[in-house]
Amino acid sequence: MTCAPRSRGREIAVLKLWRRIRRIGRIAEPAPEQPVADPAAVAAGLGGSIQIRHVDAGSCNACEIEVAAAFGAVYDAERYGARHVASPRHADALMVTGPVTRNMVVPLRRTYEAVPAPKLVVAVGDCARNCGVFAKAYGVAGAVGDFVPVDVEVAGCPPRPEAIVDAVRKLTGR
Amino acid sequence: MSALGIVGGVLQAALVVAGSPLLVGWMRQIRARLEGRVGAGVVQPWRDLRKLFRKEAIAPAGTSEVFRFTPLVLVGSTLVVAAAIPFVTDASALGPGADLFAVVALLAMGTATLALAGLDTGTAFGGMGASRATTIIALVEPSLLMAIFALSVPVGSTNLASIVHSALRNPAQVLSPASLLAAVALLMVTVAETGRLPVDNPSTHLELTMIHEAMVLEYSGPDLALVELSASMRLSVFLGLLASLFAPWGIATSLDPVPLGVGVVVFAAKVLVLGTAVAVGEVFVAKLRLFRVPELLAGSFLLGLLAVAASFFLSRQP
Repeated sequence: MTCAPRSRGREIAVLKLWRRIRRIGRIAEPAPEQPVADPAAVAAGLGGSIQIRHVDAGSCNACEIEVAAAFGAVYDAERYGARHVASPRHADALMVTGPVTRNMVVPLRRTYEAVPAPKLVVAVGDCARNCGVFAKAYGVAGAVGDFVPVDVEVAGCPPRPEAIVDAVRKLTGR
Repeated sequence: MSALGIVGGVLQAALVVAGSPLLVGWMRQIRARLEGRVGAGVVQPWRDLRKLFRKEAIAPAGTSEVFRFTPLVLVGSTLVVAAAIPFVTDASALGPGADLFAVVALLAMGTATLALAGLDTGTAFGGMGASRATTIIALVEPSLLMAIFALSVPVGSTNLASIVHSALRNPAQVLSPASLLAAVALLMVTVAETGRLPVDNPSTHLELTMIHEAMVLEYSGPDLALVELSASMRLSVFLGLLASLFAPWGIATSLDPVPLGVGVVVFAAKVLVLGTAVAVGEVFVAKLRLFRVPELLAGSFLLGLLAVAASFFLSRQP
């Protein structure tokens, strides 16, 4: 008997979700104009598909929130053929956020080495480009470009999701 | 081994290889639309595979031949199964070899090989994924055997081609209680064995919740492409098995081009419909806690057992 109200509640939840799906429809915003493809990405021959491994090299997590927004339903970076993956072995590109802290120098280099060639690096945020507000802090070893070769940079502190989507589209060429 | 079987086998193998990534793309597209996204397009899995085949393959230090040969074993065993099960024609390319036990064993061999490859990398996540996959396959195999066994009792043969043939001649058989129970059991098995929600999340990035992904974390380039291709092929093989056993209508019974063409189109349509149902269902469920998965699979085994009992006691002709 204890089972009946629970299963009825679940049935109603499914119906509510179905109605919400039908009411809201598409959340994703219309695609902005396509940016010019990055020459390094064209040379890598990705053909409209890119798997990205995210590396937090010491970020304050503001960039992470923007990256999550860029891959969320509104900006929907996945429609351009990009996808986050769980392993650097599956990746074509590293998306590095934050200034490289002393503890993350070796992990960042090792992650870069674990990516199968051809590989690309995207530095997201001012901290990843030039250490930003954390420049000359005692725990910071340098910018991302000091340790691994950077192909695409995204400026901003934190960058807007549109800028991150733009960088992703430069890589996928879609 | 008849000419019809060989033509069917070649057609089916080609269809499964070419169509499986499209099926996965279609299912991702449906999920994306229901989530309010635009989606990457139906051909995105093929774009991913094309890119992966161009990339460098890395074998991690300390791995053995097990790691290197697993992708080939996976694709090979799935390809044999795809050619053997009567999907497009009612005769099998392997003739008497298309036995229920042989097919189930071949599918289990793929899982076991992948589990060994996961262990071979020596990483924590590889071992964890292997242990989980082994737990699931150990619970899935009995219910899979039970479900198909229940269908084979009225036919008197464990040959899949004979089961399909008998269902074609006697459509009422499909609606018998034994067959319906077996259908539900087989659907649960399909969801568990192909790593879909609520057992495994195919799009997870969280290592701690992974099952299939955790075992393949170390694969890269062409090896990863083969592993992903075989995973999508397994999905269409399981859905195709479901379609052939419980809705065998439209399967070609002669070598004429028209029935063969109809067979191909109908097979693709059936798998597409089943895939759509699975994808829509996935939007409404959350992943089960790992320790609840055995309960789900025990339920599926019970249904299989009931199906066998029902087929023995209810459909015995006087």
